[in-house]
Amino acid sequence: MIHFIDNIENYIYLIPLLPLIGFVINGLIGKNLPRGIVYFIGCISIFASFVLSALALWKVIDTGNALEIAYGSWFHSGGLNVSIGLKVDQLSAVMINIVSGVGFLIHFYSIGYMKGDEGIYKFFAYLNLFCFAMLVLVMGDNLLLLFLGWEGVGLCSYLLIGFWYKNKDYADAGKKAFIVNRIGDFGFLIGIFLIFQYFGTLNIAGIQEFLVKHPGEVKLLIEGGVITIITLLLFVGATGKSAQIPLYVWLPDAMAGPTPVSALIHAATMVTAGVYMIGRLHFLFSLSEVTMLIILIVGAVTALYSGTIAITQKDIKKVLAYSTISQLGYMFMAMSVGAFSVGIFHLMTHAFFKALLFLSAGSVIIACHHEQDMTKMGGLSKRLPVTHIAMFIGMLALSGTVPYISGFLSKDLILEKVFLFEGGLGVLSGLPVGKIFWGVGLITALFTAFYSFRLMGMTFWAKTRMKDEDYHHVKEPSKAMSTVLILLAVLSIVGGWVGIPEILGGNNPFHSFLSKVFDPTSAHGEVHHGNTPYILMGVSTSLGIILAIIAAFMYGKNWSFPERFTQKGIGKLLHRLSYNKYYIDELYEVLFVKTIMKGSRLLWKWVDAFIIDGLVNGTGRLAQLIAKLGQNVQTGNVNTYALSIVLGVMALLTWFMIATYNN
Amino acid sequence: MFTLQNSIILGLILFSIGAYGVLTRRNLLVVLMSLEIMFNAVNLIVLAFNYFRFYQQGKELGHYFVLLVIAVAAAEAAVGLAILVTIYRNRRNVDSDELTEMKG
Repeated sequence: MIHFIDNIENYIYLIPLLPLIGFVINGLIGKNLPRGIVYFIGCISIFASFVLSALALWKVIDTGNALEIAYGSWFHSGGLNVSIGLKVDQLSAVMINIVSGVGFLIHFYSIGYMKGDEGIYKFFAYLNLFCFAMLVLVMGDNLLLLFLGWEGVGLCSYLLIGFWYKNKDYADAGKKAFIVNRIGDFGFLIGIFLIFQYFGTLNIAGIQEFLVKHPGEVKLLIEGGVITIITLLLFVGATGKSAQIPLYVWLPDAMAGPTPVSALIHAATMVTAGVYMIGRLHFLFSLSEVTMLIILIVGAVTALYSGTIAITQKDIKKVLAYSTISQLGYMFMAMSVGAFSVGIFHLMTHAFFKALLFLSAGSVIIACHHEQDMTKMGGLSKRLPVTHIAMFIGMLALSGTVPYISGFLSKDLILEKVFLFEGGLGVLSGLPVGKIFWGVGLITALFTAFYSFRLMGMTFWAKTRMKDEDYHHVKEPSKAMSTVLILLAVLSIVGGWVGIPEILGGNNPFHSFLSKVFDPTSAHGEVHHGNTPYILMGVSTSLGIILAIIAAFMYGKNWSFPERFTQKGIGKLLHRLSYNKYYIDELYEVLFVKTIMKGSRLLWKWVDAFIIDGLVNGTGRLAQLIAKLGQNVQTGNVNTYALSIVLGVMALLTWFMIATYNN
Repeated sequence: MFTLQNSIILGLILFSIGAYGVLTRRNLLVVLMSLEIMFNAVNLIVLAFNYFRFYQQGKELGHYFVLLVIAVAAAEAAVGLAILVTIYRNRRNVDSDELTEMKG
């Protein structure tokens, strides 16, 4: 056993392999297994994977070196050599623990949530497959392996959004997610092609080495804009997977899937793949100021934009979905100002508290018999005490209103880093870019605090709008679910304590741990900026608390004020804009979906039915026409045949005679 | 009178009569008879060549060859007549202008 732990790097292949085995077993024979065994296989495979991940993390912390194993060649063709290699460095070690840890908790929660569903074996098989793909994504040491995981998680996302495929809306939501992701993946793939074109390798360490070894060439690539194009294409992939403007539209619809899926895939892990990818290739992204600025703008606009939508949604899961998009925008902001470890820190804390929020929402939904409309709830704090407390903690973390809670630490670090960002190109040069985007981030944080407590008020605190008999039947679902909620609530509080910055009395071990990946050369420790961080923190926190209290009062009783406000005038207009998501879905429908449909119709009617079919049918007709001509030879009359034979013989004989005579 | 040249001319006349019959007559029975005439015209020419060119040297191969052709022609005529009888049973006539099912 000791030997096993000491040589954990020889066993890291088991981390992705175990969920794959779980998938194979449940997928092939799960239908005939008793439910208990399906649950057991589904959970134990990911739990074992989590134990191994934790051991790997411990080893990485202990030695400070990455665990790397090459398993040989995948394929090679021409100059392209793709190996199968896994690498657990500081960044992936954090990621695999988030994926397998939160993944295990959500698997366990699903036992309660999916109780009684006939497709339970399929559900666990898909979840395991998802974990496999996600772990390959974060552990792969080359871009193709990363892309394999990238596509794999997309597939599982599609399968699980449309898990209840008999409902056409749900199946359509799955298709929408898949198609929108394809657009992003297309950009990502082109980016990978270009990387191979210019660097000659897909190995991530190889690319980094190239940058160090060929400074002259790299300088030319930067000046020629190649690096900018490559990173922008990769970022297109990230906007698809991580739901940023303009490809975010699939994520709110993805809430059609079962709630544990929303928690695992569409909040905690898969949607952060884009952030992880930027972290993984940070050395490339850092080279292009243009790309970084675009990421900053996209992240900030997405964060604010989806925050304004979240404040009017009625569906409890839609609120959380828009909140996820908004928080992902925060992460991209952090990445774009070069604060990679802060972005990953927020990724981690967000995984904890957003998983907690989704699972609490799942608990509410189950308790209310699959009712998701918050305007039909209210007063649930008395009926669902555990869920209430869990969700309250999650909301405190999300809104970052309580000092030292995980979300507070990561969100304030991001705002601070953005504030201190000095840069700007083109029209933005000369402007205090950092302060402007800090302002956007701050307003987003206020929106966050508002919708968080609006949700709490409408769901738990206000006077109930349920029927009496329904209300009294509401009770905490199952023990398994509550246990997971409690665990995640604890994580949401203490999960951020590994990253307490120096100004708050910590030494931010998380940052120094990740600096091995992100910033191996520079010395540890942060630059001090006097009182600025304290002031920023004070401003955002106190304003956040005020907004939270306002929301709690507005929605905590019977939300008569907001209802009156949205009845007429400017309030009605704003409410309709926000509630209908600024009609972006409708706009996309007209701009893209209808256009493509019309174009396809044109292609079908003209190119396919007229030109292609015309060519094919024309060839047949031509053959028939020639055959018609030859047909007349075949009279069917024996005498005619005999005549032609005689004439033929005579012609031949004549020819022979002439030939002989001439000789 | 009995020379090689005259024998060949006789053979050619017989062959032309047979060919004319095959080409012009519509009754298949007559067509078959014409075919027999053509066979025998060829046989006659083969025999004439053998007699005038090789028989003096004791070579009789042409005779055997003609005997073989007669035997095969007899068999062919038997098959042809059998087909003709079957056609007649089915259609009550043996007119080749009517038998054009193979027309394309």
